[in-house]
Amino acid sequence: MKKSYNPTLIHANSRVDKVGVEERVARFQTRSIKNEAKKQGLLMVLNMIDLTTLEGKDTPGKVQQMCYKAQHLHDVYPGLPTVAAVCVYPSMVSVARKALGNSPVKVASVSTAFPSGQSTREIKISDTKYAVEQGADEIDMVISRGQFLAGEYGFVFDEIAAIKEACGKARLKVILETGELCTLDNVRIASDIAIHAGADFIKTSTGKIQPAATMQVTYTMLMAIKDYYDQTGKMIGMKPAGGISTAKLALHNLVMVKEILGNQWLSNDWFRFGASSLANDVLMQLMKTESGLYQSPDYFSID
Amino acid sequence: MAKKNPTQMQTDWTYAPAPESTSHIRLEKKYQLFINNEWVEPSSKKYFPSINPATEETLAEIAWANEADVDRAVKSARKAYKEVWSKMSGIERGKYIFRIARMMQERAREFAVIESLDCGKPIRESRDVDVPLACNHFFYYAGWADKLEYAFPHKIPEALGVAGQIIPWNFPLLMAAWKIAPALAAGNTVVLKPAETTSLTALKLAEIIKDSGLPAGVVNIVTGFGDTGAAIVNHHDVDKIAFTGSTHVGKIIQRAVVGTHKKTTLELGGKSANIILDDAPIDQAVEGIINGIFFNQGHVCCAGSRLFVQENVADLVIKKLKSRMESLYVGDPLDKNTDIGAINSKEQLDTINKYIKIGKAEGAEIYQSECSIPSRGYFCKPTIFTGVSQSHVIAQEEIFGPVLTIQTFRTIDEVIQKANNTPYGLAAGVWTDKGSRIFNLTTKLRAGVVWANTYNKFDPVSPFGGYKESGFGREGGLHGLSAYLK
Repeated sequence: MKKSYNPTLIHANSRVDKVGVEERVARFQTRSIKNEAKKQGLLMVLNMIDLTTLEGKDTPGKVQQMCYKAQHLHDVYPGLPTVAAVCVYPSMVSVARKALGNSPVKVASVSTAFPSGQSTREIKISDTKYAVEQGADEIDMVISRGQFLAGEYGFVFDEIAAIKEACGKARLKVILETGELCTLDNVRIASDIAIHAGADFIKTSTGKIQPAATMQVTYTMLMAIKDYYDQTGKMIGMKPAGGISTAKLALHNLVMVKEILGNQWLSNDWFRFGASSLANDVLMQLMKTESGLYQSPDYFSID
Repeated sequence: MAKKNPTQMQTDWTYAPAPESTSHIRLEKKYQLFINNEWVEPSSKKYFPSINPATEETLAEIAWANEADVDRAVKSARKAYKEVWSKMSGIERGKYIFRIARMMQERAREFAVIESLDCGKPIRESRDVDVPLACNHFFYYAGWADKLEYAFPHKIPEALGVAGQIIPWNFPLLMAAWKIAPALAAGNTVVLKPAETTSLTALKLAEIIKDSGLPAGVVNIVTGFGDTGAAIVNHHDVDKIAFTGSTHVGKIIQRAVVGTHKKTTLELGGKSANIILDDAPIDQAVEGIINGIFFNQGHVCCAGSRLFVQENVADLVIKKLKSRMESLYVGDPLDKNTDIGAINSKEQLDTINKYIKIGKAEGAEIYQSECSIPSRGYFCKPTIFTGVSQSHVIAQEEIFGPVLTIQTFRTIDEVIQKANNTPYGLAAGVWTDKGSRIFNLTTKLRAGVVWANTYNKFDPVSPFGGYKESGFGREGGLHGLSAYLK
């Protein structure tokens, strides 16, 4: 059955009180993560990273180097996991696919005229199909924020559903670009639209707009995922992206996921960090748990 | 369903214990009475233990003041009032109060740990709420000390004299600050009695008061039980009684001061309504319910212990509430991740359990979170009752524990009527997205404090106090200051 925009489903729980959200988020940030819990948390964070390069100046060489890093985060520390995926532009998907070979690291590609999404649906669909054909396991699409803010929710819904169809077997992450949605109420509505239209993951940001993945925004999206799960029993993944560059902030995010959605979401099947510089800070913290000392950033590779 | 990830990691993530260190605190084995800036033995020669409610271990022995001791304290306060404090300029009084505030801040961590040890409240709360707020009360009132004539224009503000102050066990240091700071700023001297289960932070405050160089006798701290409190209330040379505690004791005090010159403020019990309307931001309202009833194990006089939910969202709210209760950590008060600590005393735990039993017998449906609680110490699981009506005892009497009663309503008029249908009137909460509904309810709810889209927010600037059997007089803000002036 073809899905269509249903206002009663989407707007049922769209009132969000920003002050209350800030208070709740502050509580997660007072959790104290120590010793074994910290070490395990840091390893989980590494395994949830989508190592990302999304620049006009990306080259095959840059992408190949990043793909190596994705599988060899810090070989002096034995037993480290790989990251979850690398995230690139469609033109770099084949390079990444080849560089990763049989590795468990997935290839994610942005699409739909990323980052602005200012193009026709036809082009967005062919953009998506191209990335999938090139070997992308996951598609990170952007929603049409202009139409969303103009109140054309049906348009946004249909577009997501069409891209989902174009994805085939690839998992779809829907980027809301919350920095352009202005209010948490809008973040909630956009989350519900994306989830009901077929998103496998909802994602905060492109990384090109500030503010990006604030904990307030991630909290609001996690609550949408929780409500959908409580109603349907179906799990939806979450990916905060942009602005999470420290291990501490990443652990606070994990605390939030654990306390809202439970431990079953604590795997890279259901939770990701979109980040480029987070991995090295986590590695630095991990090394510190072993040696008790912080090493210079020069001891961690920057591919 | 996603492909099985070959690098699948363990997802069972639990927080390691994160206990706050106790190595930096210093507790005496035995505490004497603090009279005239000296530690004096009680003439009764009697001492009683202060128990850590999380471990049932004795923390220290506390002096038990009798009538003779109270008389000594009042005499010392009277002498200090007559000879020093009433003659001192406001600006000089203010300097002392500022100094006490700063010294408290410097030792904030020590205060927080001792408060959690003695009282059972989670370190997160004593560290982030009790101690900073207590310091802020001293800072706030210190600023008024030399500006009384501006605070009360067209009046000549004059201190009352000796204030007798009796405080409860739920926020020991904070309540001491609520009482002492405005009294001193207004130019009074003080005889303060902490609750018998939680004397330690008041005695630590006495150490600071001594170190601050505050003139001898301006603040006297006498520890003990109800008889000690009665000796203060009945002392002929006390000009003012400020009491925070149960309505039962409040009534006894009220009877005792009838016909005397003593001014009185009473801040008593409550059974406050927390009202969720159907257009409320539901997830934040659920947080507000949690904060309203489980903050400080529900040992809060203004706790939102009666929840009213509009019928069309009741199922959703209760479902979300139950789910949220499961993510509360109950246990060691000193662990930084603990949300709900220990019940203050065995006596209080028995009271709470008595009401839980009554609730079940009345036919209300009980739900308790599935958390495990420590085998030693006094603990109670977060508890809610659904299917409650106004006629239930558990909806009428103050339980003073982590126990919530839930009722539903259909119309705004109905909920206003039910919310006001109680002998108490301390606080209320209203949750709605509509400003007009907030103003409609806040003008009609007969409660001293009404919070909109939040709950349990305190500030030294904001007055606090009750209607009806919740007491009279206000504490905090200018209102709190005027209660210590002629």
